[in-house]
Amino acid sequence: MNVSRAPLPYNPKILELFRNPKNLGKMEDATVTAVAGNPLCGDMITFYLKINDQDVIEKASFESYGCAANIATSSIVTEMIRGMKLEEAWNISYKSVAEAVGGLPSIKFHCGILAVGALKRAIRKYYTRKGAPPSWLSAEPSFEEKQALEEEELAKALSRRMKLEEGK
Amino acid sequence: MVENVKELLKAHAGLKHEVYLDNENSSIVPGEVVEAMLPYYNQRAYGNPTLTHKPGWEAFEVIMESAQRIAGFLGCKTLEEVNFTPGETEANNLALMGTALSMKDKGKKIVISEVEPINVLNVTEMLQKSGYVTTKIPVDNEGFINLERLKAAVDKETVIVSLSTVNHEIGTIQPIKEALKIVKDQNPQTVFHTDASDAYGKIPFNVQDLGVDLATVSSYKILGPRGIGALYVKERVNIEKILEGQIGTQRLWPGVENTPLIVGFTRASELTFQNFEQNTSHLRKLRDKLVDGIVETVPDILLNGPKGDRRAPDNANISFLRCEGEALTIELSLKGVYVSSGSACSRRLLQPSHVLVAIGRKFDEAHGSILMKVASYHTEEDISYALEVIPRAVERIRGITGSTGAE
Repeated sequence: MNVSRAPLPYNPKILELFRNPKNLGKMEDATVTAVAGNPLCGDMITFYLKINDQDVIEKASFESYGCAANIATSSIVTEMIRGMKLEEAWNISYKSVAEAVGGLPSIKFHCGILAVGALKRAIRKYYTRKGAPPSWLSAEPSFEEKQALEEEELAKALSRRMKLEEGK
Repeated sequence: MVENVKELLKAHAGLKHEVYLDNENSSIVPGEVVEAMLPYYNQRAYGNPTLTHKPGWEAFEVIMESAQRIAGFLGCKTLEEVNFTPGETEANNLALMGTALSMKDKGKKIVISEVEPINVLNVTEMLQKSGYVTTKIPVDNEGFINLERLKAAVDKETVIVSLSTVNHEIGTIQPIKEALKIVKDQNPQTVFHTDASDAYGKIPFNVQDLGVDLATVSSYKILGPRGIGALYVKERVNIEKILEGQIGTQRLWPGVENTPLIVGFTRASELTFQNFEQNTSHLRKLRDKLVDGIVETVPDILLNGPKGDRRAPDNANISFLRCEGEALTIELSLKGVYVSSGSACSRRLLQPSHVLVAIGRKFDEAHGSILMKVASYHTEEDISYALEVIPRAVERIRGITGSTGAE
């Protein structure tokens, strides 16, 4: 265990989104809801998307259990995707999210990845339910979906290991 | 990066009240202590204490008198038992590595607990690369070490046992005297070290009464300057130095003595001990007001660590459920209340405070934890201000969490 506390000089954009997040809160009439992360990791995001019959995101909102970077990246994603076609939204990468919040400290990159992971899960879930996945939606999980899954599995494994050690 | 920090600082403009409760990680140095230090920078005793001139002899005199004062507060037999180091980290490194070096033919086993500070954990991990084996004694859900497991862990090969007197995160006051007896009954040659950084000045602590071989104390934890601490080394206990260089008055730590810091540490000790009872009851009163105030106003919380006399008087550690700790520290900072969190959020490894995990807190409970330590200069008004700010901050962060993770 090499525990360090890296300094976190968040930029003004992240601070602003942390203080005044956009599109915060549960959406009662959401077409699709998806989560990424796990409270065990200290990071979890829920996305709510309202999608019309043209496959356009009419509105998006979020809830987040996480740090300032997590809140800021979730918030910015909901702003970025509003009015987008799902295909367009699918092509958003965590890099563009990191850019949109004015850059992330390197140890916070996973927050951006998690936000995009939640978005892509929502899109996949929407088409899975519809039963007709478009050709641009790869059957293979995207980078962000994979990373989100990896983080969730890691947290669960660590938590299990802790419990085992406790019982020893 | 610095530009970002400048902006973060600007966001704090116009704070009406500020309350610094992060005394675990650094502290203010009261004016009285700074005043005592200042003459030693440029008016007297600025020489090297090992050299043959007046400023050197002045430095020698004040360093020895300081060691004598601190030896008195610690209950040492002689002032030679006090070895100044640049702080707790260095004293703990010296204790563990120095003992490992001096006892290298006696065995390769080290015993610590699961709740020791990071510097102790990391030194033992480093020593493992040289063939040492570390046993970590588990603790109960209040942080008390399991004495039976301690007894089972110590044998003829155990060179050092290191257990903190007071846990740095949750304030648990360990039964050090009992632990020491168990260790010495198993192996009289085993060196017993205790990190007493959170005990010195906070609870009655006397090295001779306890009978420990080595004890770490730290200046900033009693509102002295950072960068100075000491390792008590009992007469006739043999440990080796771990850094090479010019040896001066400090036989275990080479380099030029930092006389002003030693004076500051001593002055802070005097201020702490001259009204010990009054100081500690003041701390306890403020800490209880803080904890009780939070319990009354904030739902869904867990108090971490023991209650009453089995806990250090300055320590409060609370988990706020459904409220991520790093976000809460930032929200509180923007309102002028400064605390730290056991959240893993500054780390990719996802592991929160090892102390909270060791007492059985689930990861999500540990991520929402806040550590606060009150100090003697705090007033009732300071605590009232913190109590005004904390419930609102928790409410806002919980508002962002919403129903996430609820199922």
